[in-house]
Amino acid sequence: MSDFESLELRGVGRRFGGVDALAGLDLTIKAGEFVALLGPSGCGKSTALNCLAGLLPLTHGEILIDGRRIDTLPPERRGFGMVFQSYALFPHLSVEKNVAFGLQMQGVARAEIDRRVRQAIALVKLEQHAKKLPGQLSGGQQQRVAIARAVVLEPSLVLMDEPLSNLDAKLRLDMRTEIRRLHQSLGLTTIYVTHDQEEALSLADRLVVMREGRVQQVGTPDELYESPASWYVADFMGYRNILPATVVSVSGGGSGAEAVVELPGTADGGVRLTGRAVGALGAGDQVRVAVRPDDFSVVPADGAATGAAIPGTVAVVEYHGREHAVSVQTGDVMLHARSATPPEVGGAVRLTAPVERVLVFPESLDAVVPLEVAA
Amino acid sequence: MAATTLERPVAARPSTWFVWAGMAAFGVFLLGILVAVVVDSFGRQWFDTWFPDGLTVERYTEAWDRFSLGEVVGVTVGVAVLVVVISVLVGVPAAYVLARRDFPGKRVVMLLFLLPVLMPPITYGIPLATVMYSFGLGRTLTAVVLVNLVPSVPFVILTMTPFIEQINPAIESAARMCGARTRQVFTRILAPLLVPGILAAGILVLVRTVGLFELTFLVSGPGSDTLVVAIYRGMTAAGGGEARQLISAMSVIYTATMLVMLVVALRFVNPTQLVAQVKEARDDD
Amino acid sequence: MTDGRATASLRHRLAERGIDPTLLLLVPGLVVAVALFVYPFSYGIGLTVQPTAAMQEQWGGGILANYVAFFRDPFVFDSIGLTMRLALPAALFNVLASVPVAMVLRHRFRGKRLLTSLLVLPITLGTVLTAQGLLIFAGRQGWLNRALLELGLIDEPLQLVNNYLGVMFSLVITGFPFAFLLISSYLSGIDPSLERAAKTLGAGWWQRFRRIILPLLAPGLATTFILTFVLAFSVFPSARLVGDAMGSTRVMSLMAFRAFGEQNDYAMASTIALMMGAVELLVVVAVLGLRSLLYRGTTGGKG
Repeated sequence: MSDFESLELRGVGRRFGGVDALAGLDLTIKAGEFVALLGPSGCGKSTALNCLAGLLPLTHGEILIDGRRIDTLPPERRGFGMVFQSYALFPHLSVEKNVAFGLQMQGVARAEIDRRVRQAIALVKLEQHAKKLPGQLSGGQQQRVAIARAVVLEPSLVLMDEPLSNLDAKLRLDMRTEIRRLHQSLGLTTIYVTHDQEEALSLADRLVVMREGRVQQVGTPDELYESPASWYVADFMGYRNILPATVVSVSGGGSGAEAVVELPGTADGGVRLTGRAVGALGAGDQVRVAVRPDDFSVVPADGAATGAAIPGTVAVVEYHGREHAVSVQTGDVMLHARSATPPEVGGAVRLTAPVERVLVFPESLDAVVPLEVAA
Repeated sequence: MAATTLERPVAARPSTWFVWAGMAAFGVFLLGILVAVVVDSFGRQWFDTWFPDGLTVERYTEAWDRFSLGEVVGVTVGVAVLVVVISVLVGVPAAYVLARRDFPGKRVVMLLFLLPVLMPPITYGIPLATVMYSFGLGRTLTAVVLVNLVPSVPFVILTMTPFIEQINPAIESAARMCGARTRQVFTRILAPLLVPGILAAGILVLVRTVGLFELTFLVSGPGSDTLVVAIYRGMTAAGGGEARQLISAMSVIYTATMLVMLVVALRFVNPTQLVAQVKEARDDD
Repeated sequence: MTDGRATASLRHRLAERGIDPTLLLLVPGLVVAVALFVYPFSYGIGLTVQPTAAMQEQWGGGILANYVAFFRDPFVFDSIGLTMRLALPAALFNVLASVPVAMVLRHRFRGKRLLTSLLVLPITLGTVLTAQGLLIFAGRQGWLNRALLELGLIDEPLQLVNNYLGVMFSLVITGFPFAFLLISSYLSGIDPSLERAAKTLGAGWWQRFRRIILPLLAPGLATTFILTFVLAFSVFPSARLVGDAMGSTRVMSLMAFRAFGEQNDYAMASTIALMMGAVELLVVVAVLGLRSLLYRGTTGGKG
């Protein structure tokens, strides 16, 4: 398998029964990059992966490797490796034979097969299980076999379809580290599909957030985390407080302007909050305000607060190790914050957040133009 | 599995005893029938006593010669094996398509494969036999094999379709991503996974074919009769039928043939219950 | 962006609707079904409207003489009722008896395998052997009558074969294991934790059966009934061998075969065969209708 310089998706789309499962996907991936496709189920991320693998034919657009079209090739001739959500190990073959299968298909010499299979199995630390059948392994071990089976072919591109979603929480963390380690040591170009933003943020060099078959935003984890392009992306990036609001006034224009908004349903019939506008806003616009729990500070009701503050009552306090997750009821709305010290449940508090960490987005998602970010 | 999940057999309930009594009656009838035939076949003479007065194997040699059973057993085994092989070769690919694909007219195709199983064999057997005779195939082995295919092929399709459905399609995709072509996906991945299902379906077809009376009877004749048909002809032969003990001997030979074929077939089934194993393992984690 | 439609060829659009070369795998199966089922069947329908001259003369009705004969000739027509009188009770009994047996055998206990294999054994025996065995075992001189006489339960041998009862025995012996196997597999498909959940909610065994198992089993029961009915409906060898072929067990298949094999009237034979299929399908449709009615009934009652 020869390596490539870049993989290019041009206007890739798939229509099924009159519905766009995927539309107008443009993406360029450089060799060695780890790209995560992120979104809820049905957002088109798995469709995109299967189109790339060749398991689903495209209805629009083309896929090129270094300018050469590959979307007309059947999956077995694209030379990609794939790891499936359900592992999809061959149940009648031992671990070794599962890993060797692809090499046998390529007609690699036996001695060479043995050597590379042993290497791949050592890479995922399954040496003592080599002779076992997949049914005798745990979920995590099975997923390692699946990874070994994909990487043993030294594919030009590895596709991973929610590989960790069938594992329990602790194993998922271990495997995440494992996948990152493998990527760093082998340098394989990887496309990773997931609905878990933590997984995507920790693994990927670049994230593609998708919604209803369309790309919402492309960027590095840092860019997406700090400056989401829409409230939808913010929602995915852990902005747990997403509230509908109305713009009262905007100072300046365009993105970055300071906007004062009113939150209906909060204490006293509507608290006013100042935030940073993302996109062009005007007074009276319906918007969504996004704040991460970490950006809210819980201050006593009588304490001094800088900037706008939302009064409320502490409803729930959860212990999270070094800090506490605090839910504060204000009017009909429940807000989520973090606090180093646990406030008293039922006590009156105020929540404050720095202006630049209160993001104000237009309500409509369709108008979002994906930010072009150079890789 | 934890012991708490097992319910103890409910012993004290009268309804349970009722069930056991019913089963016992069924068992008595069943064993009575079987043993009576076997005893009768070895009896010298047996009229109004508990047991025959003396035992002999003469009935077997007599029946063997009289009904040329060597040939009949050969026909029975040959027809059964041919029908099994053909219905598996024809039925499994069709079952694959029905399990994996959606296409226009799928429901019609399903109905077409369901009808021969649902219809009484005589319903289509008589027109089919008429066609066979008009093509000059009456009383030939070809006709016997062909009529047996009518219920067998749909039977294989109907049993294999759910079996194929439970094999994760991602396994096929995985094989393709490993560079396997369509043919290799079938020979290297699907075929080994389907073996248990194919064997199970094959055994059921075997039992059905050996036991199937109506269709074979309509088209077979001397030289193409299977054992069941030969026994029936013996029992209904003009002039009150053949001697009872000869029929019993033939019936025992029939059961023995069936059992031998079953045992031979079952020997191949056990080692490869892989799919079940995998499923169990999945449930654990 | 290049032309968006570039990759959507005709072949692709067909594949989108499920039409691709894989469908060719269906062809051998379809050939068998069409050549050996559809064609003969249509040929048979054609035959029914080509009655013999003798038939036309005797029954009139022109090309429909065979049908006229079927409905007018009591010797033939009454066979419908006779068949039903055998097949319906037999199928009903087999299904209803299978449920408690399958329920009891659902639990694990020692000797379960042996018992299950014993119950399934008759499937390998076949109807002809069962008939021969019944004649010997349950005949006037047979062990069964002999034992009942010795025990003083009866004064003279019971007539258990060569009549309606004999065929019924035969239908139960061959049909019950089949029904049992099907019901067992349907039962095993019901998650046992459902029943345990009902137990924790305080439901007794009858309530658990009535409210949980039965509604879930209902579709399976209907399917099993249909399949065992089909089996019993086409009763042929046993009706001749352990029944009273000219009297109470003069079933449709015997009539069809008489026309085919003894009178060589293929047209009339096909007519009877087709009517047999029609009658059977009527029952199947009725059961399916009943099932959907019943199914709605139970959920409605609970909601």
